[in-house]
Amino acid sequence: MQLTDRHREYWRRNLRLTGILLAIWFVATYVVSYFARELNEIVIAGFPLGFYMGAQGALIIYVVIIWFYARSMNKMDREYGVHEGED
Amino acid sequence: MAAQTQAQFYAALKKYYSFYTGGFIAFVIVLAILEQLGLPAVWIGYIFLAATIALYAGIGIMSKTGEVAEYYVAGRRVPALFNGMATGADWMSAASFIGMAGTLYAAGYDGLAFVMGWTGGYVLVALFLAPYLRKFGQFTIPDFLGARYGGNLPRLIGVFAAILVSFVYVVAQIYGVGLITSRFTGLEFQIGVFVGLVGILVCSFLGGMRAVTWTQVAQYIILIIAYLIPVVWLSVKHTGNPIPQIAYGQAIQAVTAKEKELNDPATALGAAEASVRAIHKEKQAEWEGKLKMLDEAIAAGTAGDILAAERAKVEQKLADLKADPNAEAKAIADAEKAVKEFPPTVDKLREAWKKSADGAKAKAGPVPAHTTAFPGKGAEKKLLQDNPNATPEEIAKARAEDEKESDIKRRNFLALVFCLMVGTAALPHILMRYYTTPSVREARISVFWSLFFIFLLYFTAPALAVLAKYEVYHNLVGSSFAALPAWVANWAAVDSTLMKIVDMNKDGLVQLAEITIGPDLIVLATPEIAGLPYVISGMVAAGGLAAALSTADGLLLTISNALSHDVYYKMIDPNAPTTRRLAVSKGLLLVVALLAAYTASLKPGDILFLVGAAFSLAASAFFPALVLGVFWKRANQLGAVIGMLAGLGVCMYYMYTTYDFFGGVAANQWWDIKPIAAGIFGVPIGFLGVILGSLLTRAPAKDIQELVDHVRYPSLEGDIETRAA
Repeated sequence: MQLTDRHREYWRRNLRLTGILLAIWFVATYVVSYFARELNEIVIAGFPLGFYMGAQGALIIYVVIIWFYARSMNKMDREYGVHEGED
Repeated sequence: MAAQTQAQFYAALKKYYSFYTGGFIAFVIVLAILEQLGLPAVWIGYIFLAATIALYAGIGIMSKTGEVAEYYVAGRRVPALFNGMATGADWMSAASFIGMAGTLYAAGYDGLAFVMGWTGGYVLVALFLAPYLRKFGQFTIPDFLGARYGGNLPRLIGVFAAILVSFVYVVAQIYGVGLITSRFTGLEFQIGVFVGLVGILVCSFLGGMRAVTWTQVAQYIILIIAYLIPVVWLSVKHTGNPIPQIAYGQAIQAVTAKEKELNDPATALGAAEASVRAIHKEKQAEWEGKLKMLDEAIAAGTAGDILAAERAKVEQKLADLKADPNAEAKAIADAEKAVKEFPPTVDKLREAWKKSADGAKAKAGPVPAHTTAFPGKGAEKKLLQDNPNATPEEIAKARAEDEKESDIKRRNFLALVFCLMVGTAALPHILMRYYTTPSVREARISVFWSLFFIFLLYFTAPALAVLAKYEVYHNLVGSSFAALPAWVANWAAVDSTLMKIVDMNKDGLVQLAEITIGPDLIVLATPEIAGLPYVISGMVAAGGLAAALSTADGLLLTISNALSHDVYYKMIDPNAPTTRRLAVSKGLLLVVALLAAYTASLKPGDILFLVGAAFSLAASAFFPALVLGVFWKRANQLGAVIGMLAGLGVCMYYMYTTYDFFGGVAANQWWDIKPIAAGIFGVPIGFLGVILGSLLTRAPAKDIQELVDHVRYPSLEGDIETRAA
């Protein structure tokens, strides 16, 4: 089995996407929680922001990250011809 | 079935489960009508228990199988949506269903570590593991370690870690099953455990993964309906808005305002609270005095006398009550319980007294603010209260103390979130589920559905906690003891560990510091708080049961598969015929299940800590080796062995030296990190171990490197085949 340049490019793009999404995950989780005390000073619709991010905001971001990753990768599989046959 | 295409299969599944959901709702409505006609509550409990277990058994029997791929990975044709539901049920245990909202109620912001940790981990599953494991496509997680790193040693360490983690966890689930069954049917706890065991075995015994998958989907539907209905109702009742996740912003404001009032002795409510707190303060001093006396006696070697004297006191009280013709039956029952549960050893007595002292201390302090992140000790506030003329130096010192405490809390919060997340992405019973989808593509989508279905519950739990707090602060605090709300009186009568309410300052009114609420109460009592009929309470119990059973199924299967597939088939007898492999697997399943049920029936006390510990252990043992196995071709056998052993070793060592259950002390902690978050050290050490060990030895052989390429691309020309049939 020989990998072509296109294969390598596919993997590089996968790594880049993974890295970006992981960075978003990191910020939404750790950076936001780290500053939760300060963010709690801001209140939106009754919710202190730091609390809201932990209780709901971060969760919504996680769901979106995973949805976006699945969609992008499934598209990229086709673009690079590494997708599986139809079942 | 064989002739069916995947699309037809999917359509058929959607039809079956829609009918099923409709059927379940109809069943609840029929019971509700029967309740109105006078069906007693205890019957409703029995009917729910029997009907749901019979249902799971039915699905289990219909899915019985003799094929290896069906037994281990449900034939690899579970559509993404349904695998998502099954993962949701597999994932959400009794602790999520019943305990989570209560933890949030009690801990406020700090409890959110669980909400974030147990959902954010799926991001790691999606990005680092699920698609690659699916492409690899065998049966267990140790399978991957064995193939990727070669030799039996990495596989064996994987088997050991998988069993260690899963067994602790499954004991906790069976314990939960026992609790729910006994509470809602009045059966003994031990009998409840074995009833639950039957419920677990009927699903997994005959049909393995296939049966577990289709029962878990059914269990998810029940548990999510049971969780959401009472919360939505409560939300409508308090805010007029049927979407609790949006509506509870208002409730937060109201709760925060009330917290301020309760903590301000200048208001009527605050003054009443202060009087109760003073009583708690006296009690705290009393308990601490007793503890000091006990400690001195322990040092002098005479603690046994105190134990005997205390026991005699409790026994005397029971004897007096029994001799008294006017004694209430409840008082006698309480005294009997006190005798029965009297601490057998000095250590246990000390533990019980310490708990009483700590409990009194917590109640003597101000109400913690629900939304405040990482609150300090309140040293500054206390100083200014005790001594309004404190010098600026004193104030600065107190403030520094508060900040230190707050920073330690923040550090522990972040570390716990990290361990729960990485642990989620390393639990074998979850990762195993991604072997069951038809393709890599579906595996990716399936992680999305998994988190979506888990999200529905987890993002409701914080709303439920706040709405329950609103109810307690507004409708219970300040009400008269003569006219307590019905739910309070009911639960206080049933179980004093869940609800205890005593008029300590004898003013006839309820103060917050007079109420003790057990964390499990919040979910269990929500239907009554919301004023719903008993049938909804029965449904919530059925939901909790579904959560515990489904998780236990997945875990048991993981353990028995690790033993039968990885140890027996791969290492002992690779030529074993299919029938014998499945027979061994089923036999082991039975043995492990009985062992777990027996352990649970002993009521091991520190079960909750152990569940938390499972995440740190799994994270340290599996995550580095699995992720580097896909993302770093250079990782080799020695690296994996060192990494897994070092990660697991550091994690276990840290728990052993810092957790009091093992005789450890808090003074051994590194940077004040609590033992539950030991993975914060184990995971980096694990990564370091894999990297160093790999660099010390040669790069893996060409066929292993090809295996890595194989898992990285969903499809390659001239690809090798690793799929197990």
